[in-house]
Amino acid sequence: MEFGPIISAMRRNKVGAILIAVQMAITLAIMCNALFIIEQRVALSKRPTGADEPNVLIIQNNQWVGNAPDASARLQGDLAALRSLPGVQDAFATNSFPMSGGGSTTGLSLHPNQKDPTAIAAVYFGDGHAIAGFGLKLVAGRNFNSGDVVDKLGYTDLKSPTGIIVTRVLADKLFPDGNAVGQSIYDEARHGQTPIIGIVDRLQVPWVSAAGWGSKFNDSSIIEPFNLVSMYPYNYIVHAQPGQMSAVLQAAPKKLFDVSRARVIQRTLTMTDARADAYKNDKGLVVILGVVCVALLAVTAFGIVGLTSYWVAQRRRQIGIRRALGATRNAIVQYFQTENLLIAGAGAAIGVALAVSLNLWMVNAFAMQRLHTGYALIGAIVVMILGQAAVLWPALKAASIPPALATRAA
Amino acid sequence: MFTYYFRLGLRSLKRNMVLTALMIAAIAVGIGACMTALTVFRAMSGDPIPQKSKQLFAPQIDNWGPDAHAGGPTDRLEPQLSYTDVLGLMKAHAARRQTGMYATLQSLRPTDPKQKPTKVFVRAAFTDFFPMFEVPFKYGGAWTASDDEARAAVVVLTQDMNDKLFGGTNSVGKTIRLDNEPYTVIGVLDDWRLLPRFYDLAIRPFGDGDAIFMPFTRAIDKHMVNTGSTQCNGDVESGFEGRLKSDCIWLQFWVELPTESDAQNYRAFLNNYAAEQQRFGRFHWPPHTQLRDVPQWLQYRHVVPSEVRILILVSFGFLLVCLMNAMGLMLAKIMGRAGDIGVRRALGASRGAIFAQCLIETGVVGLAGGIFGLLLTALGLWAARSLLTKEFVALAHLDWADTGIAVLLAVGATVLAGLYPTWRAAHVQPAWQLKAQ
Repeated sequence: MEFGPIISAMRRNKVGAILIAVQMAITLAIMCNALFIIEQRVALSKRPTGADEPNVLIIQNNQWVGNAPDASARLQGDLAALRSLPGVQDAFATNSFPMSGGGSTTGLSLHPNQKDPTAIAAVYFGDGHAIAGFGLKLVAGRNFNSGDVVDKLGYTDLKSPTGIIVTRVLADKLFPDGNAVGQSIYDEARHGQTPIIGIVDRLQVPWVSAAGWGSKFNDSSIIEPFNLVSMYPYNYIVHAQPGQMSAVLQAAPKKLFDVSRARVIQRTLTMTDARADAYKNDKGLVVILGVVCVALLAVTAFGIVGLTSYWVAQRRRQIGIRRALGATRNAIVQYFQTENLLIAGAGAAIGVALAVSLNLWMVNAFAMQRLHTGYALIGAIVVMILGQAAVLWPALKAASIPPALATRAA
Repeated sequence: MFTYYFRLGLRSLKRNMVLTALMIAAIAVGIGACMTALTVFRAMSGDPIPQKSKQLFAPQIDNWGPDAHAGGPTDRLEPQLSYTDVLGLMKAHAARRQTGMYATLQSLRPTDPKQKPTKVFVRAAFTDFFPMFEVPFKYGGAWTASDDEARAAVVVLTQDMNDKLFGGTNSVGKTIRLDNEPYTVIGVLDDWRLLPRFYDLAIRPFGDGDAIFMPFTRAIDKHMVNTGSTQCNGDVESGFEGRLKSDCIWLQFWVELPTESDAQNYRAFLNNYAAEQQRFGRFHWPPHTQLRDVPQWLQYRHVVPSEVRILILVSFGFLLVCLMNAMGLMLAKIMGRAGDIGVRRALGASRGAIFAQCLIETGVVGLAGGIFGLLLTALGLWAARSLLTKEFVALAHLDWADTGIAVLLAVGATVLAGLYPTWRAAHVQPAWQLKAQ
């Protein structure tokens, strides 16, 4: 295939060629950034919480009506009732749960009066049933025993826990040598030291949005041996036996209202519901960006079809003459395909540069991650294939121009 | 002439239906994507209180010191204030109006005893809250400054809450029970919505919010704990009293400063206040304060999520591609008619006349694209509402302004894209075209 005639023909049609090339470049830039965001958001929404999600349900924000002086006994009564329900493995009360979007954090230090804390961690309260309640895996140390657990009279009660359970990620951050169990850490709000008594494999923090508060310490959580008894709302986490979820989902809130009606429960939801809620916007963004990508490719493809068809119509006589002079149909098709390849190649080159600079700008403006070069390359290939596919129909139409056309008219 | 060209434009569009349809579709899709993103953005970044947004200010005071904001905001200022500072600023009364406030969740005993109790957001504020934010009343009115001082057990209900509790009747003088304590209704609001609820952005700024209002002093007296964000630093003693004495920040504070000089004076006052705290030995650092009005506050607190900005960016890129597409097609279409144009030029039409005719023709394409684009925008908004949470698509709907913007954007952008093809058309050499025929 000779590039010479194609390039000199293109120079007479500069604007059309430039329009297609720039369109392809912008399409490429948007598409690979969109795909990159899609990939990140999908990965984000698949991060595990560490809990046995299919079998865990949450009775969210139980709150007593009026000041309940016997709140501690009521909490124990509720827990006993929940644990005795058929189909329930275990249950406990806590201030928050992964993906809920609300909770507490604290700064943990290795030394007293340290200026900046060594690690930031989400704080969950729970008794000895917390590990079984969430379905977590204890990988080192021990669980809380009944002697560890005390009542916490609201968030303003700042008594120190007797010991805490931390996640593996947090333990490694605090004590990289792997000897966290038995070591003591200092809490930001309290000056007392607290020993680490156990390590769980994983427990995600409550905040899961993309660039949100929790993104910096996603798997750094601690469990403190407290039962939160106060006028604050708190949650019951119920771990159902496999296959018993729907029955427990019905029975658990009913049971609680049988125990006492002087309470408000915001809602009862499964961990699966919580995941769908927490990542709704991420999923939405994925769908929207996906649709935009498809629409962009379609618009660009139709643009190529339209302009190339026009070029074919414009060159009908020249094509007829070429055919009459012995060019095969294949040669005509190849002409348009090569022409498109040249335009698309230029477009892809500009597009890759544009994609990278768009990403760099977003890294600054939205704290996004750097684009993998792989995305730009895949984008370039996609755009070039798109060009070839779009040009095929007009090119075939051009090839079907009869050589006899050359002999007609002046 | 205009109507004639308009009709010619319509006729020419009919001549090459496929090309015309492609052009209109490209513009419509581009406009649809753009307007969907823009409408969401406009709804989220709108001014919640346009008549007063430049007179309402949120003061910030660094009560933790320069070393204490590890991992926090880079300006070393937090968005809320401590109880100590709110009391200090309330007592100083240095602004025309001022109110400290916080939200608390309380259980509300229903009037029908068979119903389960519900939880409601109660906002604890001072009397100035109502005139400051121009809160409209349907029945009764706000509590007074003496109610604030007396820690009166009074409440103001929103219209929705009054509808729910009292069927929308005048409930002034009636009693409701919050956490088993009786409160007298002294006012019912008219329809009042602030989007976003700028005065407390920690609690669902675009969602349902405060249903009941009560005096701040009463809420503190009853140890009503705040819901939303509490951040602590330094020593904190246990209990509610410990929280009040601490430097934990959990309260919002707003002032009304009608003129620019009032704002200047208040800035000076804030610095003096902080300097005074330094003299008293409470702060061990020089004054570090800030005063932001509503638009500045909304920007500072990133009320519009970055996702919406990404969508805006993507959709405008998309529109650009669509317009270039339409431009290419228009070029093809107009140059395909070079013969006709040549004849018209030979018959005496001026360049200007050709230019005007082609421009009107592109305008017609833009108009059609805009109208279809509006339909797509409606579709896009419907999809966005089902795909995203309220925080993203807060009451985003198409109003007349959006409709106008869409059509103007479509026609304007299309005509802009049509300028080059039109210019080419106006420069067709009549002699060449006639010879080629």
